Amino acid sequence: MDPKKRSSDKAAQEMIKQMAEAGIENAWDRLEQQEPQCGFGKLGICCRNCTMGPCRIDPFGDGPQAGVCGATADTIAARNLVRMVAGGAAAHSDHGRDIAHTFKMAVENESCDYTIKDELKLREVAARYGIKVEGRDTKEIASDLSDAVMAEFGKQEGTLVSAAAYPPPARQKVWKEFGITPRSIDREIVEIMHRTHIGVGSDYKNLVKQGLRACLSDGWGGSLIATELSDILFGSPWPIQFGANLGVLDAEQVNIIVHGHEPTLSDIVVAVSQEPELVKMAKDNGAKGINIAGMCCTAIEMLMRHGIPVAGNFLQQELAVMTGVVEVMLVDVQCIMPALGSLSGCFHTRLITTSPKCKIAGAEHIEFHEDKAVETAREIVKIAIENFANRKGKGNIPKVKERGIAGFTTENISYHLGGRFRASYRPLNDNIINGRVRGAAGVVGCNNPKQVHDYGHIAMIKELIKNDVLVVSTGCSAIAAAKAGLMRPEAAAKYCGKGLAEVCETVGIPPVLHVGSCVDNSRILTILANIVAEGGLGDDISDLPVAGAAPEWMSEKAVSIGMYFVASGVYTVIGEPLPVLGAPNLTRYLTDEIEKDIGGKWAFERDPIKAARMMIEHIEKKRDALGINVEKERKLYDMADRRTLTIE
Amino acid sequence: MDKTIVVNIEKCLACKSCEIACALTHSKSKVLEEAVAESPRPQRMVTVEAADEFAVPIQCRHCEAPLCIEICPTGAIQRQNEESPVVVVQDLCIGCKLCMLICPFGVLQIGSERRAIIKCDMCWQRLEDGQEPACVEACPTKALKLVSLQEVTKPKRRAASKQLAKEIKKKSKSKEK
Repeated sequence: MDPKKRSSDKAAQEMIKQMAEAGIENAWDRLEQQEPQCGFGKLGICCRNCTMGPCRIDPFGDGPQAGVCGATADTIAARNLVRMVAGGAAAHSDHGRDIAHTFKMAVENESCDYTIKDELKLREVAARYGIKVEGRDTKEIASDLSDAVMAEFGKQEGTLVSAAAYPPPARQKVWKEFGITPRSIDREIVEIMHRTHIGVGSDYKNLVKQGLRACLSDGWGGSLIATELSDILFGSPWPIQFGANLGVLDAEQVNIIVHGHEPTLSDIVVAVSQEPELVKMAKDNGAKGINIAGMCCTAIEMLMRHGIPVAGNFLQQELAVMTGVVEVMLVDVQCIMPALGSLSGCFHTRLITTSPKCKIAGAEHIEFHEDKAVETAREIVKIAIENFANRKGKGNIPKVKERGIAGFTTENISYHLGGRFRASYRPLNDNIINGRVRGAAGVVGCNNPKQVHDYGHIAMIKELIKNDVLVVSTGCSAIAAAKAGLMRPEAAAKYCGKGLAEVCETVGIPPVLHVGSCVDNSRILTILANIVAEGGLGDDISDLPVAGAAPEWMSEKAVSIGMYFVASGVYTVIGEPLPVLGAPNLTRYLTDEIEKDIGGKWAFERDPIKAARMMIEHIEKKRDALGINVEKERKLYDMADRRTLTIE
Repeated sequence: MDKTIVVNIEKCLACKSCEIACALTHSKSKVLEEAVAESPRPQRMVTVEAADEFAVPIQCRHCEAPLCIEICPTGAIQRQNEESPVVVVQDLCIGCKLCMLICPFGVLQIGSERRAIIKCDMCWQRLEDGQEPACVEACPTKALKLVSLQEVTKPKRRAASKQLAKEIKKKSKSKEK
């Protein structure tokens, strides 16, 4: 198949062509083999939750309309959907839990390889959690925060502290009245598994309700904890230049790719990789040095804080191995294709798994424990150096590389907008109100071989910024944007409408702000909360002229993210439809009626340009509702007019 | 043969239940949980192919003048009488693949043991027992059906005749005017 039909990325096209010539399979080939994929699965009307089944509903009406237990299409699809939420929320929140454990270790054990790097953020977060900060030392505060955060996961009474500390009060009121205030992180996930067990709930709306509550415990809970504690432990990001795409691999250096999601080990690998002793060892082995590059969200955690280059996004993981110059592919958890196991066997590349949660057939396992972080990291770097000699030839690295700026956060955006002395969101709100910036959009999410790789992200983002919508981006979407040059500050003049270009140039930001990994979608939530708090654009997130999108999504995590944006009052457009289309009432609820309950809703649109226009239309509708789309008549003041002005 | 398998591709959901049922009915145990562990692996002779937005289950058409029978050098591909399906006698087949090359539908395949050709046998044993072919029975949306040619052609003839009659009436009416 024509590589251009598979990816819009030049480096990816080159590697796809090479794989085809070498007869090596990749995700696109495997998708072709899977096609046609099961319609029942796609429509969400297959239930495997008990062994009276599996049951399927005939969407054409000739066959059965209820499972053995009597569950209808709406019940079955709603159960499956909220189980996807449970999977996604669990992945994010368990990531958050791991960071919380590392944080606890850093607080309790002074000889630990991890330390508190951002004391200011520690104090800010602790204050949010209601911990006294004045006059106390870092260790005391950190110890209290560690306990408070840990308690969020498994508490049996009360509600999530962070879900009361971060979101706007009006939003919390909506949740309370609808009955979806999250109670604890683990509990909501467990309750989904309970409610979707055979013979519990069958009311699809009530099932969705628990999905909403669980995703809130992810976005405003588990993910938020992962973000906040990572900032404290590894340092809050600050704008930083980085290289993107497979061209960042270096034929003359030892290449280590860190892939997955958690920064805990990779942060140390980055630190030790430049130790003189290891660099010397690399040189002794014939390499010029040690080059660390990233893949997926581990990459993002590294580039946000250290400017480590990113070799690619989700669909480029196999392509990276195909270059033949990767000595070690070091993986932690999530979005790691099992295919890497057999693929790395075709090359000298050593695939190393490190998490006890993630072992892969064909990979070697070096278990990572936080208390021996530096030791393990050195061991892995040494393996890579020793493997350099096994490389066959020069490899084939595509000469495709872009540069961009990453490292934006909820906190530092106010600095960029207002400078050191007037740091605030005011300039953003003012420019939205005066219409230079029409609104903001979060474009996030995965890659999916069902869409032309990266095309969905890039086409959508270009359409949005052309229409003066500021874009914030995370995860594989952000990597796609960076590779397309949309994170260069010059992109403002090149791609934006006049208003947005003017604002970007004035404050010196690219039109697409890289705010981090997929757990860092929590940054987008807190940015929205800050915009509301700044004032002038309504009381609630659902009043804001904003929209969310995941044009190439594929994972359960994306379902949880989408759902927490909807539950936070955001209109959210995704590429592949949720697997609910076989359930007509549920589909209508999610894409329409749910807006009355919580202020946000879903929409499905595979065409990224059409999807962008739907988002723009929504943004304009919200602007109308806020009354900021009214043209103000220009008035020339004379002295008499001025005398009548009163000072408020 | 009077009976043939027809497919309504607008109804096919590509669940591949037909594929599973086909492999299962041609397995030793005929029990799904056991069949998946059998060696040689039970094979399906119907495949669901993607065609644009549609999925098309496709299997042997059991042609009236089968090219595969004509080309087979060992006489392994046979039809007992005109009402029988086209089948491969495994012991006679030498695996020369000429039939695979000549079949316009590409529905013959080499068996997993790589000894002989395998193909749809229209589940003749099931038909004898008064059952439908396994793929037809397994289809959850009834996209696959076993019908006699009469069942296919009769309604079409009726519809075409009615259409003719209608047009004649129209013409004669306009003449009257």
